[in-house]
Amino acid sequence: MKKSRDDYLTLFFISIIGIYIFIALAFPMYAILSKSFENKDGAFIGFENYQSYFENSSLVYSIYNSLFISIVTMVITISLAFVFAYALTKSRMAGKGMFRSIAMIPILVPSLLSGISLIYLFGKQGIFRELLMGYEIYGPIGIIIAEVFYTFPHALLIIVTALSIGDARLYEAAKVLRSKSIRTFFTVTLPSAKYGVISAAFVVFTLVITDFGIPKVIGGNYNVLAVDVYKQVIGQQNFEMGAVVSMVLVFPALIAFAVDRIVQRKQVAILTSRSVVHEPNESKTFDRVMFGYCSVISVLILTILGMCLYASLVTFWPYNLTLSLKNYQFDLMDGGGWDSYYNSIRMASYTAFFGTIVVFAGAYFVEKSRGLKTGRSILHLLSMMPMAIPGLVLGLAYIFFFNHPDNPLNFLYGTMAILVICTITHFYTVSHLTGLTSLKQIDNEFEHVSSSLKQPFYKTFFRVTVPISLPAIFEIGIYFFVNAMTTVSAVVFLYSSKTTLASVAVLNMDDAGDIAPAAAMGMMIFYTNAAVRIVYVIITKKILVRFQNWRTKTS
Amino acid sequence: MTKIKNIFLIFTVFIFGSFSLMAKTQLTVYTAVEAEDLKKYAATFNEDHPDIEINWVRDSTGIITAKLLAEKNNPQADIIWGLAGTSAMLMKSEGMFEPYAPKGLENLDPKFRDSANPPAWTGMDAWVAAVCVNTIEAENYGLPMPSSWEDLTDPVYEGHVAMPNPNSSGTGFLDVSSWLQIFGEDGGWAYMDRLHKNISHYTHSGSKPCKQAAAGEVPIGVSFAFRGARSKEAGAPIEIIVPAEGVGWEMEATAIIKGTSNLEAAKTLADWSISRKAMEMYNDAYAVVGMPGVAKPVKHFPEGLLEAMIKNDFEYAAQNRKDILAEWQRRYDSKSEPKS
Repeated sequence: MKKSRDDYLTLFFISIIGIYIFIALAFPMYAILSKSFENKDGAFIGFENYQSYFENSSLVYSIYNSLFISIVTMVITISLAFVFAYALTKSRMAGKGMFRSIAMIPILVPSLLSGISLIYLFGKQGIFRELLMGYEIYGPIGIIIAEVFYTFPHALLIIVTALSIGDARLYEAAKVLRSKSIRTFFTVTLPSAKYGVISAAFVVFTLVITDFGIPKVIGGNYNVLAVDVYKQVIGQQNFEMGAVVSMVLVFPALIAFAVDRIVQRKQVAILTSRSVVHEPNESKTFDRVMFGYCSVISVLILTILGMCLYASLVTFWPYNLTLSLKNYQFDLMDGGGWDSYYNSIRMASYTAFFGTIVVFAGAYFVEKSRGLKTGRSILHLLSMMPMAIPGLVLGLAYIFFFNHPDNPLNFLYGTMAILVICTITHFYTVSHLTGLTSLKQIDNEFEHVSSSLKQPFYKTFFRVTVPISLPAIFEIGIYFFVNAMTTVSAVVFLYSSKTTLASVAVLNMDDAGDIAPAAAMGMMIFYTNAAVRIVYVIITKKILVRFQNWRTKTS
Repeated sequence: MTKIKNIFLIFTVFIFGSFSLMAKTQLTVYTAVEAEDLKKYAATFNEDHPDIEINWVRDSTGIITAKLLAEKNNPQADIIWGLAGTSAMLMKSEGMFEPYAPKGLENLDPKFRDSANPPAWTGMDAWVAAVCVNTIEAENYGLPMPSSWEDLTDPVYEGHVAMPNPNSSGTGFLDVSSWLQIFGEDGGWAYMDRLHKNISHYTHSGSKPCKQAAAGEVPIGVSFAFRGARSKEAGAPIEIIVPAEGVGWEMEATAIIKGTSNLEAAKTLADWSISRKAMEMYNDAYAVVGMPGVAKPVKHFPEGLLEAMIKNDFEYAAQNRKDILAEWQRRYDSKSEPKS
């Protein structure tokens, strides 16, 4: 069969996106992998670095610590988030919208802000330090509390989705068979949400084991893998060992990712076209209990945020509690001053703009283009990879790859562009999945019809696909923006004098002991993200209605 | 379609436009000078040389050193101004500097310059170790005022002392290398073994222990005198102690990076960095500067600090840096391992 112009164009665009992903992901990862087998002069030395790594007991201990923190956080977060999600989906309590919004707050702040807040709450000068009964907040306790705060909304989102697909017909059957509600829970609710819970568990595990901000701020002397990478590179200038620890860190993340993928494949469609959406029955006692539970969690989240707000306004904690804006004079502190804040906004805007284009186009070709089956599945596989790669590792890989003098892309090093590329890559997978999900909802008939009408695919793309997918496109955009504002790990090795970032400034100010200004900068990030989020809600509610009218029945 | 193309074009121009050159010479300067002083340094320099714009890359000593070494094959910095002398010596041994004899070199104290000719680096000033004690918290915990390094190993201070981790902090390294010189190699490690029992936590930055002491997060912070003076100025209830055995110190250095594309501007800054005006500027915060006879006493600095400075063997410190750091990490970096 003769190839049409469309086929060539498709091939061309797939290749461009493929090349992009190779440059932004595959080559840097290869660079860091090979670095871990080299000595300082760049000669290949096999497993020597790994051998000396495993002979260093304090480094190896970090593996246990990392696993311990990740598993404990996983259990706590999933339990808390499950009940919260259960309340949101299976009860008729009041204030669901409010609880949902409050639960999403941690997504809008850099992860380490919760660590800073805990220092003010439970540190040596903390307001509630008696509650710890003599235990120290610096160490595993502090890390776990902060990580639970940070991962809670991520787990909640997944579990809410899983719980809301329960088929009402099953509940009816259970009722007819006079099953007790506890039995219904174990035989109907839990099985249908099983895969969601497992998925959430792995997401939490990966987030925690790869997070570096929280243990850095509140870990005290408790070493974890992610901080080890930082210390090896920053403290000892030992890049080869940093590469080794990175590889050790990638390992559990990869396993978690692979297991999750396998489990997800087993999931059969629970929600079929005949499913009926389950409407919870009214039960006053149950609703009250759930309302109480959600209130407690919400108050805890608001306390952590509120403490940061207060701390950022106090003149000199704890000896001078008058309120002032002194801590917002960022130009006098480490981290690049107010420029960092504006840089972050620029970086987040570019990431949102270009990231959405790249990701949506990529998802479109994976899902909608015809032919090139192998090419498309390779593209899909590569798009799923970034999920398993810790930001810190990605950032380090970028140094090795882009700062190599023989690399023709060397000019990117130290620019805003490399930060944008790195951030897009770091958050690629979730956006890719959002794009795919939305595209799957669009009937392929559109493509078939347009192709039989001899219309080039891009016309269909711009006239049908994009308008229909606008909600998903906006969602991808805001996801990129918010994460670009808060990310630390991926960019901490890559910023330069002209591209200091607000999130990195939080880290550096805390590092220098300027903890109140760090809280202040964290709050600036929160305000920005919250404002963008509100604008997004208004846009989706008001403007998108025009494009999305067809979704609501008119009859 | 064309609209989208246009938007794309505008954004591309916008991104690359922001990197485009401006009329002034742009000089990328890597430094570990305290952040609050950077504006002043640049402004004072620009009084004499308005045509050169300084772009600071500031971080703690360990981080900046790591960054410079990482970029060794493709340097981003034009010059370092205000980086620890031992780091400068390390980088000199890696052949990363462009040797240059700045104007007025002869006015410098010989200790404050690289012995090679022309020197690879020149010194600016020195920062001196000191201990910050929060008087309010010390009273709360019933702690006596320490007066020597040895005092800090008294069990009464258990869990009440913070110090910087030498692996990431220049101040931390100068503390460790000074103890090894004061107490001798074996005595130094034995001292640190005892001190380690009292350490509440090791920080990544040299100023943090003092800032934490200032905020009452820890009663005692091993840090440096300048930081203590600043915190005292800000109203913190702290006392700056000069340990009786003597204190370690470290100089800050200037050096031109080999391969810089702004060699002339870098030389101008190197010249200026050892001028009398610069020395007076350093003296605002640093009690010891590279040019003899310039320094005046600095507010809030403890008495007897200058006399307490040990005769620091920088060659020893720089040469053994790697081994010392490795040994330190082996001994202390896993402080809170669960008992097994």
